[in-house]
Amino acid sequence: MMASADIAAADAGLATPPPQVVRRKKRGNSLPLGIVGWIVGIVFFFPVLWMVLTSFKTESQAYTNTPSLVFSPTLSQYKTVFSSGIWPYVANSAFATIVSTILVLLLATPCAFALSLRPVRRTRDLLFFFISTKMLPVVAAIIPIYIAARDLHMLDNIFTLVILYTAMNLPIAVWMMRSFFLEVPGELLEAAEMDGAPLRRTVTEVILPVVAPGIAATALICCIFSWNEFFFAVNLTATQAATVPVFLVGFISSEGLYFAQLAAAATVATLPVILAGWVAQRQLVRGLSFGAIK
Amino acid sequence: MTTIAPPVAAARPARARPDRRRQGWVRRAPLLPALVFTIIVTQLPFLLTLWYSLQSWSLVRPGSEHFAGFTNYVDVFKDSQFRTTAINTVIMTVGTVLIAMVIGVALALLLDRKFLGRGIVRTLLITPFLVMPVAGALLWKTTMLDPTFGIVNFLLRPFGIGHFNWIGSFPLGSVMIDMIWQWTPFMMLLVLAGLQSQPKDILEAASTDGARPLQIFRELTLPHLRRYIELGIVLGAIYVVNEFDAVYMMTQGGPGISSANLPFYIYQRAFLGFQVGQAAAMGVVVVVATIIIATFALRLIFTSFSGTEQAA
Repeated sequence: MMASADIAAADAGLATPPPQVVRRKKRGNSLPLGIVGWIVGIVFFFPVLWMVLTSFKTESQAYTNTPSLVFSPTLSQYKTVFSSGIWPYVANSAFATIVSTILVLLLATPCAFALSLRPVRRTRDLLFFFISTKMLPVVAAIIPIYIAARDLHMLDNIFTLVILYTAMNLPIAVWMMRSFFLEVPGELLEAAEMDGAPLRRTVTEVILPVVAPGIAATALICCIFSWNEFFFAVNLTATQAATVPVFLVGFISSEGLYFAQLAAAATVATLPVILAGWVAQRQLVRGLSFGAIK
Repeated sequence: MTTIAPPVAAARPARARPDRRRQGWVRRAPLLPALVFTIIVTQLPFLLTLWYSLQSWSLVRPGSEHFAGFTNYVDVFKDSQFRTTAINTVIMTVGTVLIAMVIGVALALLLDRKFLGRGIVRTLLITPFLVMPVAGALLWKTTMLDPTFGIVNFLLRPFGIGHFNWIGSFPLGSVMIDMIWQWTPFMMLLVLAGLQSQPKDILEAASTDGARPLQIFRELTLPHLRRYIELGIVLGAIYVVNEFDAVYMMTQGGPGISSANLPFYIYQRAFLGFQVGQAAAMGVVVVVATIIIATFALRLIFTSFSGTEQAA
């Protein structure tokens, strides 16, 4: 048993493939369960559904005591949103999301490798350190970060957000990537080792194909967290580097509380992540459960 | 997973015969960039926070900073608003995480069964987790909980609750509703992972032996799920304790500070009150409290996930 056996065992709990699932004897669909399931699903989904519906209404249709399900849809709210200068915010969000995610992957992949397949000593302590940075409240760090950014003339600079989002997602990425690396079959590695394959070939030909879906899953999770991030964005940006969540907040204060317009803005802001999450649902589920669900 | 042992040195090709020390650094090299980056970006600010917390310093009066010793800490502990927001934070975190977990377990049990359109229902259920927190809070504040035009009051009208001001009457509760909505999917997914990793043959053996479903759930499923539930609670708490967006969007901590949590209160002190020293001292107090709680929480994860292996 190696030194980091306890951590490895911790992963085993989440990362081992589920034991061969024996097919249930009763395979029929249950109707009552189905009804309950659908009702619960719709209840949870309802705020989002309502947001999308409201975004196609006129303000007077949105402000009714008796909500109207049937109405003639209008695109005028979206026209307002898109003509109110949302694009620079979208560009900032996209830039911060993509660049920070690439940085996270570049840093986390070798790091996870060194904490799994070629484990260093004190792997456990290092893993502990990475996750402990997520436990420290961000709010306690915002003041020095703000002052440092101010003194370095990095306030309202998109690269400030890139750096912070990278740091924010790195611990999660290291943990996730590590669980994916641990799935690489030991025999495969040993075989490559026996053949005297150089490390680089082992990595590209044996390890990468196995962990590629894991890298995709990790990237997706990082993108979601970065796109949705608000606290750093609202405190460290103003006009140049502000992101979509900041736009949404600013939109309320500049336009007032108009439900339909707001719903359109919120739809535009949330849709990219919702769609990405839906399309890549399996990776998402897998990522969120640290590799437990295949 | 424990079988992946570090390759034996003897099995390495003879080409490389470096001493152990260099070998160690070769192994360590891949993780150094991530480690150094994390230390600089996450640890350095905390050291600075520690330093600032000993200063009297207002952002609006340049040159006002001077060493103040522990007076900021004395002020923090005398500050009744700090205590109120600390209690709010505990209520918000414990309430949100536990309620989200209970609902999450129920939903996971539901999704573990077969029914028509299960995949679609799962998609619908995970959606709240994907919604941008700022937008989610906004939706709850306006279209859902608005006293006059909100859906919730519309649905409750037949029961005689037509114009109830949810956010005004229960500011903390309203914020928690939004947070529970956002975090339940996460809990559900973790528990579902636990359910699906449960060896089905044992369950079938139990049911052939005549165990009742409730009995199976209590004596086999629940113990199996325990560590997944614990993991969900700890991971959820890590995020919920830092919640800022929902408070900012829905109530701005108000009325007064009745729905402010620590992140929001410290933010207010630093960025609206410009009291750097005091806000930093609050930050340090929160960090120390978090470290104490997190140590227990982490131990919980590690002992429960390492099972019979040697624990911490």
